[in-house]
Amino acid sequence: MTRPLAPPPRKDPQRATRPPELPPVQRSRAALGLTARAARGVFALQVCGACGTVAYPPRDACAGCLSTELVFRPVADGGEVIAQTVIRATPDLYFRDRTPWRVGMVRMDCGPSIVAHLHGDVEVPGRCRMVARLDKGGNAVLMARPETWSEAMADDPEWRELTAHPKFRRVLVTAGREPVGQAVAAALSKAGAAIVFVGIAEPWKPFAGEAQLRAIPNVQIMPLDLTDTASVHELAGEIGGKTDIIVNTADHVRPGGIVDANTLVAARDSFEVNVFGLQRLAAAFGPGMRSRGADGVNSAAAIVDVLPVEALGNTPGFGFHGASAAARHSLLQCLRAEMRPGGVRVMSVFTGPVDDAWRQTVPPPKVAPAQIARAVVTALAEGIEESFVGDVAIDVAARFAQDPKVLERELGS
Amino acid sequence: MTTAAATSGADLLQALAAGLVSGSVEIVDLAHTLSPDFPVMVLPPEFGQCQPFRIEEVSRYDGRGPGWYWNNISMSEHAGTHFDAPAHWISGKNLPEATVDAIPLDRLARPAVVLDFSGESAKDEDFLLTRAHLEAWEAENGAIEAGSWALFRTGWSKHLGTAKYLNLREDGAHSPGPASDAMEFLVKERGIVGFGTETIGTDAGQGSHLSPPYPAHFILHGNGRYGLQCLDALDRLPTRGALLFAAPLKIRHGSGSPLRVFALVPRAED
Repeated sequence: MTRPLAPPPRKDPQRATRPPELPPVQRSRAALGLTARAARGVFALQVCGACGTVAYPPRDACAGCLSTELVFRPVADGGEVIAQTVIRATPDLYFRDRTPWRVGMVRMDCGPSIVAHLHGDVEVPGRCRMVARLDKGGNAVLMARPETWSEAMADDPEWRELTAHPKFRRVLVTAGREPVGQAVAAALSKAGAAIVFVGIAEPWKPFAGEAQLRAIPNVQIMPLDLTDTASVHELAGEIGGKTDIIVNTADHVRPGGIVDANTLVAARDSFEVNVFGLQRLAAAFGPGMRSRGADGVNSAAAIVDVLPVEALGNTPGFGFHGASAAARHSLLQCLRAEMRPGGVRVMSVFTGPVDDAWRQTVPPPKVAPAQIARAVVTALAEGIEESFVGDVAIDVAARFAQDPKVLERELGS
Repeated sequence: MTTAAATSGADLLQALAAGLVSGSVEIVDLAHTLSPDFPVMVLPPEFGQCQPFRIEEVSRYDGRGPGWYWNNISMSEHAGTHFDAPAHWISGKNLPEATVDAIPLDRLARPAVVLDFSGESAKDEDFLLTRAHLEAWEAENGAIEAGSWALFRTGWSKHLGTAKYLNLREDGAHSPGPASDAMEFLVKERGIVGFGTETIGTDAGQGSHLSPPYPAHFILHGNGRYGLQCLDALDRLPTRGALLFAAPLKIRHGSGSPLRVFALVPRAED
């Protein structure tokens, strides 16, 4: 049985914060294919196009027939744990702070035998399900989990290293004036966050849902305007040392392309919120979070950005909104690399069109704020770097993977 | 006034300078500090929006500029304590000298008359200043002189920093302002140079429901007069006798501008 996580004690001001260390980071180019799938929570291994052998670890040629036609495909994730060991001493800087560490050998139903991290509730010998996730260094690792999963198992220390679970963590939700931010705040509170700071811009303006927002347990309303550099830095000065997760739900959306409407003012507003807002958050909160990536149970863990899937392909009816989303997506790639040394994950939650007044003329399927909130909690609790909410987002992502040029013509027609 | 007419400009300026140095003439700052959290006019979101004041540090004795400190600033022409030129409103769009760069220089410094309706405004957040109010005021205080600024004191600047400043509800903002007959009276019968308020605009919060909509904007600017809003410290001005300096930035074809408004006042007698 996983021992339930205890609420972390208050920080001892006389003890130095443990600097973040990363597990071994070097990987082959072939192994990055595993990482790319793990980033989306998919367990996929190389399958030989010539002889059908499933390969692990990733390689350049099939061990069965020497074919180079090795393609990552989702494979059966079931297996039998046949051996285990517990590492109690190691010179590795990351693991020596986290021993004892349980690893085992799993004979997979799909063929290979794999040395993997073992969840504490996996019995040996016994059945398990293999999952691929990113470690603190952003590389794919495999962990054998029990066949049936319960929420209590999320407290397993080895598993928690692979996630950014909100339990006992202090979260900042950046845009509490809108339904998405409010739904995310409610979901994080329910998922066990110790504090949910909710940023409110222009507090002199009333907003819908304020009373319900204030009534959510553990919610603290904070002034935060992502378009105002001083405001972001002032909030970071106040809570930056104890912000473990940021969920950026801000999204300035206005319809219009670039030829037919004189949209420069609205376009600038979009970029101020969607692009420079993210930059301001990163600049103000990033350094503090990066230094607290190994700070115990409530270490800094993740920055989640909720962004429109138009990041992958422009929808001309919302041309500038899409452009800001693409810029945001690019900045997230940069931020991911910049936060990685601190063991802080940067997660993208791509959404289809949100069901709001601005998208009233957009045909369904649209995405409800509660769906986005669920996806944010799942991304954190399951350690998923890229997720897609709603049928449109899933479809656009699949078409993007097939051919971005085809996607451009489909979205632009 | 008659003595001033008989005195040479040099003597007048010398006397004023002496008064400023000796302190018998004081300066009252009527401008709020331009800061990012200063509220701006709220329009329905599908319209173009008024950008609040923003400031980005360029360098501060650091790697971006080792020996100097400076910022880039950006804002709407109508952010913070600001000046409205006639071209701001459609009623003034065809007038000559209607933009801030073309304002005749003699308008930049004018006497001010303070119309104190702070008591009424405290009792009624939607207080409407009417012609009848002004006639009653004049019966007590004398006629408003042509060519002066009429400053509408409501005490509203004291609400800055609270939700009451804009006082937004689902049916819009609620703050005091003038009725159209008051504006007609001030502009056409009294010949004021402009109308200044403590609120976010020269019009009442509910001014869009008056006839014409936004009567202060419509009537002032349609007749080549100016607006000042978000004024501070009107309670430190005498009813008469203050000299108001309101010089907007010289923006080419600009509709308005934030500005440092101040007034010269005689030092209060001990």
